[in-house]
Amino acid sequence: MNAKVVTNTANSKVGISIAVLAVMIAAALPYWGNPYWMYEFVNIACFFIFAMMWNLLAGYGGMVSVGQQAFFGIGGYTMLALGNLAGVNPFIAIPLAAILAAILAYPLSKLAFRLQGGYFAIGTWVISEVVRLTVANIEMVGGGAGTSLTAFRGVSRTFRQYTTYWIALGCVVATIALIYIFLRSKQGLALQAIRDSEVAAESQGVDVQKMKLAVYIVAAFGCGLAGALYFVSNLRISPDAAFSVNWTAFGIFIVMIGGIGRIEGPIIGTILFWAINHYFSDFGTWYLIGLGVLAILMTLFAKEGIAGLLHKHFGWDVLTTKRIFKAS
Amino acid sequence: MLLKVENANKSYGALKVTRNISFEVAEGETLGILGPNGAGKTTLFNLISGDAGLDEGSIYFNGSEISGLRPFQRCRSGIGRSYQVPHPFGNMSVFENLMTAACFGGMLPESEAVKVAEEILEVTGLTSVANQPAGSMTLLNRKRLELARALSTRPKLLLLDEIAGGLTEHEAKELVDELKRIKAAGTTMIWIEHVVHALMSIADRLLVINFGEKLAEGLPTDVMNDAEVKRVYMGIEA
Repeated sequence: MNAKVVTNTANSKVGISIAVLAVMIAAALPYWGNPYWMYEFVNIACFFIFAMMWNLLAGYGGMVSVGQQAFFGIGGYTMLALGNLAGVNPFIAIPLAAILAAILAYPLSKLAFRLQGGYFAIGTWVISEVVRLTVANIEMVGGGAGTSLTAFRGVSRTFRQYTTYWIALGCVVATIALIYIFLRSKQGLALQAIRDSEVAAESQGVDVQKMKLAVYIVAAFGCGLAGALYFVSNLRISPDAAFSVNWTAFGIFIVMIGGIGRIEGPIIGTILFWAINHYFSDFGTWYLIGLGVLAILMTLFAKEGIAGLLHKHFGWDVLTTKRIFKAS
Repeated sequence: MLLKVENANKSYGALKVTRNISFEVAEGETLGILGPNGAGKTTLFNLISGDAGLDEGSIYFNGSEISGLRPFQRCRSGIGRSYQVPHPFGNMSVFENLMTAACFGGMLPESEAVKVAEEILEVTGLTSVANQPAGSMTLLNRKRLELARALSTRPKLLLLDEIAGGLTEHEAKELVDELKRIKAAGTTMIWIEHVVHALMSIADRLLVINFGEKLAEGLPTDVMNDAEVKRVYMGIEA
């Protein structure tokens, strides 16, 4: 007798097929779309990767960080420094910058992990501000006024745009795929258990502290990746832009609207955020007030987010992490 | 001795919740713990499972001192526990709850964990609700899940905190029958319970705690006939 475990649902198969098709169409965008779309995609991809990381931290690991912009900025500045000062090709500098962000996350976690709940949130923000002020004092990377990425001189604009776009698309796909594979793994069970009850997870043999550290480091890598990518596309960096708390604010918005603690959450949230941003950002302050009101209404009346609502009412579970038991 | 608690002391601020408690549990034995509300029974479990740290004293499990270990390490070394207020992994299915416990507490690879989970679902009568979200279950099933999940860590010592509390007479009997089977399979248990007759039907020995102190310890019938126990626990003046 052997019990079976099924790991996909009817709509997860359909969902994955549609996703593969969408990625193939998207990969050909440079040949059928217009260059501005590529630029916009890269920007939104950075928000998306950032939001996926925030979802991993807060939605699964229970760590509400308001300081992930620290790693976004570290990623951006490392890429810039490697490119401008060390002569490294900026495209190659992107993963290197993400790795440095992950490495720095370890000592920073020693500070942040002393705090819990609201104190952790504020503490991570303070750490990020300290990093911002430190970078603002380094003249080699432009000090407080920032600087431009000059390493692309001599590279054709088309080549730069196409490559940046494909890297961004690759990062988006890799982020979804890796998080999905991770949540499907044995470690994913532990992370979902921590999400539901930290005390119970620890009492059932899960090393909660180690898991949280791993998640914090992975999230730093992802945020660093997003930061490096963003400034490869935008070519100009300043401490205020790179370490802006708005990165985390928008990340939280995307996750809250889309659905916290679900992989589909940031995907849906990012699409919605893009649409709102695209059509309403000309309204300036009113646009931001609108985003805030929407976030408040969602948290009050539908805190499971759109992905959660779709799951509750229609049984949608596209990127399912379920293990379905079939008795022998 | 599988478990040996020596001069355990614990305070929360000025409140001393455990005072110089010592006791032992032999392998295969079932020890019942009784005491009025607030006597420090759950605190005692927290000290054994590592959810709370000792102020003074020592705890030996399987021959080694464990009071410096974190809860997950104690679980992996063979101490499984259930909580008085069920703490299910609410968004995960019942099956996934057991898989987590078997993979991490039981340190099994997933393929082995599936077999353990299947067996425990069967024993605890949860097979029919295996794929339901754990957060949406009835009280009886949530209590069963607490038991099933603790069992999935494959414990040598099982700590059960008021697992029959709030159940109907019939449900409590079903649960006791399950516990009898678990006991017969050789698992050592410590059971905190207010449902005295349920406890009496399975415990080899009883320990009574009052105001954090040990009041009595011994064979169930002796303990229940103790004048001091009658006065404190049942309000019967001798």
